[in-house]
Formats: sequence, structure tokens, C-alpha cells
Amino acid sequence: MRESIIMKIHYGTALAAVSLVAVHILMRLTQGFSESLQYGSVIANYKFLPYAGMLEIILILLSIHGFNGLRVILLELKQGKTYEKTVSYCCIAAMIALIAYGSRTIIMVNTGMI
Amino acid sequence: MGQIPSMAEENMTPSQSITLRIAKYNPEHDSAKKFMDFTITYERWTTVLEAILEVKKHFDHSIAVRYSCRQATCGSCGMIINGKPRLACFTKISELNSNVITVEPMNNFPIIRDLAVKFERLFDTHHKVKPYLIHDDTEITSDTKEFLQSPEELEQYIQFSNCIKCGLCNSACPTMATDSSFVGPQALAQAYRYVADSRDKGKDQRLKIIDDSHGIWRCHFAGSCSQVCPKGVDPAMGIQLLRGYMLGFRS
Ligand code: HEM
Ligand code: SF4
Ligand code: FES
Repeated sequence: MRESIIMKIHYGTALAAVSLVAVHILMRLTQGFSESLQYGSVIANYKFLPYAGMLEIILILLSIHGFNGLRVILLELKQGKTYEKTVSYCCIAAMIALIAYGSRTIIMVNTGMI
Repeated sequence: MGQIPSMAEENMTPSQSITLRIAKYNPEHDSAKKFMDFTITYERWTTVLEAILEVKKHFDHSIAVRYSCRQATCGSCGMIINGKPRLACFTKISELNSNVITVEPMNNFPIIRDLAVKFERLFDTHHKVKPYLIHDDTEITSDTKEFLQSPEELEQYIQFSNCIKCGLCNSACPTMATDSSFVGPQALAQAYRYVADSRDKGKDQRLKIIDDSHGIWRCHFAGSCSQVCPKGVDPAMGIQLLRGYMLGFRS
């Protein structure tokens, strides 16, 4: 992929994350921060599909943004054809793994596995 | 009541002295840089280059230093002077306000010896961005006598054409320090200089060249290139303007 397309995605995911994380924080303000992390309310939040969907989108946006950022840092740290290929593929793999792991939690809650 | 000194009085101010610390390093047999101190007398107008040449003449003729024009035009005498990349011929000792002047080779360039560094990477990256006008009809034909440009069109790039390829910007750039493949602020500023020229038709070619994993996107807005440029080129601004083309804000 052209670097300009990757960086457009990088900036785009950052901008989108700013607005969605703002909504996420506002939703947290509807109750005390400590209550937010209580088992019951975490499960209830995940079961509320529009909100769970938004959390899923934040997860995807920030995984893409964060792992591409990590890729950039690593490419600037050391150079070489094999190294750069390894860095790129490992970052994509880690990105997919993190998204899959996060999504798994949301899916498990909503399919009644928890 | 204060008095304005006459020209004659001003010129008679006694010369003062400073310590000039020169980095000595020969990669062929030294493991690290060493510093040698020299006491130098200077006048208000003495440049760092003149002081180094004075040392070469009277104390140590082996000091390696590159220079030519002595007037900030050839771009040969870049070095780190008291911690900052500057042209030695364009920096007066009196403006540094210090009793110790330390001169070292530029960062981010391989050292040939002492203050002289290799410019190959700078020239290669400069060459890479096609630093010339790309135009189908470069040869002037029949009734065309010149390629006319309005003052506004000239304004778009003229500042960037002042670059003397001294490499100070590349020396100051933090990305250059770790990314050995980065194209660098000098070449990026020149890519902008030609892309923004109304006579040029090579925009797409150049944007493609710098749209690489070690190209324009590896600039992280540190801005140190523009702070050290002795010719007011402002490479950091050139890079952001180029980004404008690539992100679709400019055409
Ligand atoms: C939502 C708020 C955020 C905004 C507005 C934002 C914006 C940006 C921007 C503009 C860059 C490019 C900087 C450059 O090219 O120099 C960047 C880089 C980066 N971001 Fe974010 N980011 C945000 C959140 C995050 C989060 C939560 C993470 C971690 C998961 C992250 C990880 C990174 C990394 C690792 C880089 C690469 C470092 C660099 O290029 O300087 N960012 N971010
Ligand atoms: S942009 Fe300025 S600092 Fe960089 S090489 Fe050109 S003249 Fe020197
Ligand atoms: S000697 Fe030419 S720029 Fe300094």
C-alpha cells in the first residue's frame, strides 16, 4: 500500500477516535467512574448493542492507529529489507490479534457465554 | 552623558581572546573524537572559519576543514558550533557570546576527518527528487523567447531556491539521526521548490518518489531544520506544503 494511503488512514483513525472516545467518556459520566468498572455494569454496557458497537469501532480504529504508529517507530529505528518486511507483517498480525481478542469479549457477552 | 564612539575609536577596540575547541577524529585510527584547545585572538568581525584557519596556519596545519567561498554561498563549511549546526564562515565569534567556542563535525553525516564530512547521502537524496525543471518543450522554439512567470507564481517557490546544499538542516533533523534511508529535509524542500514552480510538469513523478516508507511521512514536525537553515529556506514549511498536495488540500 502507498505510504500516503497508510498515513491518511493513520490521521483519519486518530480524528475519528477523538470524537468516539469523547462519546465514550461522556457515557462514563452517566455514572461514577468507580461504578463503571463493576462487573454488572461492564456486562450491561456490552449488552447495550449501540454502545458495544461503538466500543468495537474504537478498538478497531486505535488498533490500526497504534500498530501503524509502532510500525513507523520501528522502521525509523533500524533499516533493512527483511527487517522492514518483518516489522510490517508482525504489526498487521498483532493488530488483527488485538482486534480479535477485544471482539471476542463483546461477542461472548452478547451470545450469552458469560 | 553617553558618547557615540567615532569610527576610528571603534576600530581600535583591543582584540579579545577565546578558547577554540576543535574536534579531532580520524576514523581510520581513532576510536573516539578528541578535543584540542587553542587560544585565539579575535576582532568583532572575525568568523569561526577565520579562527579555524588561523589555528591551521599557526598551530596545527593537520586540521581537516572544508570551505570555499567564505560568504555563505558554496555550502561547504557547515559544522556544529557551540552545539548548533551553523556555517563557520557566516558565524562571527562575537555573536556567540561565549569564551569557549567548540567546533565539531555535523551530526548525521559520516566523518572523513575532523570537521570534514561526507556529502554523498545529501547529494544522492537531492538527486533523487529530480531537482530540475521537467517540461516537455525545454528547448525554446520559434517565437517563444522565455517561460514567463508572474510575481505571484515566483513567490510560490523563490524562498526554497535559496538552498545552498550545506546540509545543516539534515544535520539538525532527528529522523535523519536514526533512519538511514530517510530522504531528509534538504531534498524534500527541493522537491517542493520544483513542484511549486509553474514551469514544471514533474509534480506527479516527484510526489511518487517521496511517497515512500522512508519519504515525506517520516517527518514528525520537529522543525529543527528551519531553525538552523542559514538561507531562510524553511524546509519544514516546504514539507507541510508538499503534504498538502498529497492529502488533497493543494493541487
Ligand atoms: C485519539 C487521540 C489521538 C490522536 C489525535 C493521535 C494522533 C496522532 C498523529 C497525528 C500521529 C502522527 C504523528 C507524526 O507523524 O509525527 C500519531 C502517531 C502515533 N500514535 Fe497517535 N493519536 C491518538 C491516540 C493514540 C493512541 C491511543 C495510541 C496508542 C494505542 C497512539 C499511538 C501512536 C503511535 C505509536 C504513533 C507513532 C509515533 C509517531 O509517529 O510520532 N495514538 N498519532
Ligand atoms: S535547506 Fe537550508 S540548511 Fe538545508 S541544505 Fe539548503 S540552505 Fe542548507
Ligand atoms: S565557505 Fe562557502 S558557505 Fe561557508
